[in-house]
Amino acid sequence: MVPLSWYLILAAALFSVGLFGALSRRNAVAILLGIELMLNAVNINLAAFWRYGNVTNMAGQVFAIIVFAVAAAEVAVGLALVISVYRQRNTVIADDIDMMKF
Amino acid sequence: MTAEQIIFLLVAFFTLGSGFMVVTTRNLIHAALWLIATLFGVAVIFALLDAGFLAVVQVVVYIGAIAILFIFAVMLTRKDMRDQGPQMNRNWWFGALISVLTFGGLYFLLQGWNGLSKTAADIPSGFDAVGELGNALVSPNAYVLPFEVASVLLVAALVGAVYVAFNWK
Repeated sequence: MVPLSWYLILAAALFSVGLFGALSRRNAVAILLGIELMLNAVNINLAAFWRYGNVTNMAGQVFAIIVFAVAAAEVAVGLALVISVYRQRNTVIADDIDMMKF
Repeated sequence: MTAEQIIFLLVAFFTLGSGFMVVTTRNLIHAALWLIATLFGVAVIFALLDAGFLAVVQVVVYIGAIAILFIFAVMLTRKDMRDQGPQMNRNWWFGALISVLTFGGLYFLLQGWNGLSKTAADIPSGFDAVGELGNALVSPNAYVLPFEVASVLLVAALVGAVYVAFNWK
């Protein structure tokens, strides 16, 4: 049987990889890819705590499903924003999107 | 080492390796395809955790919808982001430092927690996890309110996405 720590360390590593992607990529779509990795790491944690805690309490799985819904909403709005910005500015590089900078 | 541990280690290294490729590949289409590999690895992890419904939803929603949406977005915004030019910003080493520190801090915190080496109890025989999950999602005593709020959030996000991306010209 796999101990709980292996799942938690895998999730922490995946979260860190996603955090690196979100912080250091220039392309706005690639930043969203990093955010997806972080959300998946959190879902691994939720499912692991459901399985290693009280199995009859479904809170962990329900929370993971809510995270799925939030991830879908985030991707839809985020990619719509990227496409809209690309239409107006002809760029998707996050450093160049500075219309709101004073 | 049992068979389950070997499978877990293989899947974990596959997931982490393809996750690393997602954030380092220059070609964004390849990054989106590596994301599909990562999501599939996470689906296998869900299956190992006996969360079958989550594994199926991961394949259907994440791989079937979100990853495809990413590929479409990459193709729609590709004209000026061919593979020339740096893919990382100037402060990428700072991002790397922050993520290494995050992992180190989480690892340190986990080492100090006494529930870490816990093993899972067997699932009671006759326990229907998917049925229980469905009941919990619609039961007024459980999670019907977050469930409905999530559906309102999805509708708002879809309407907002159509509004934002609509070509007004």
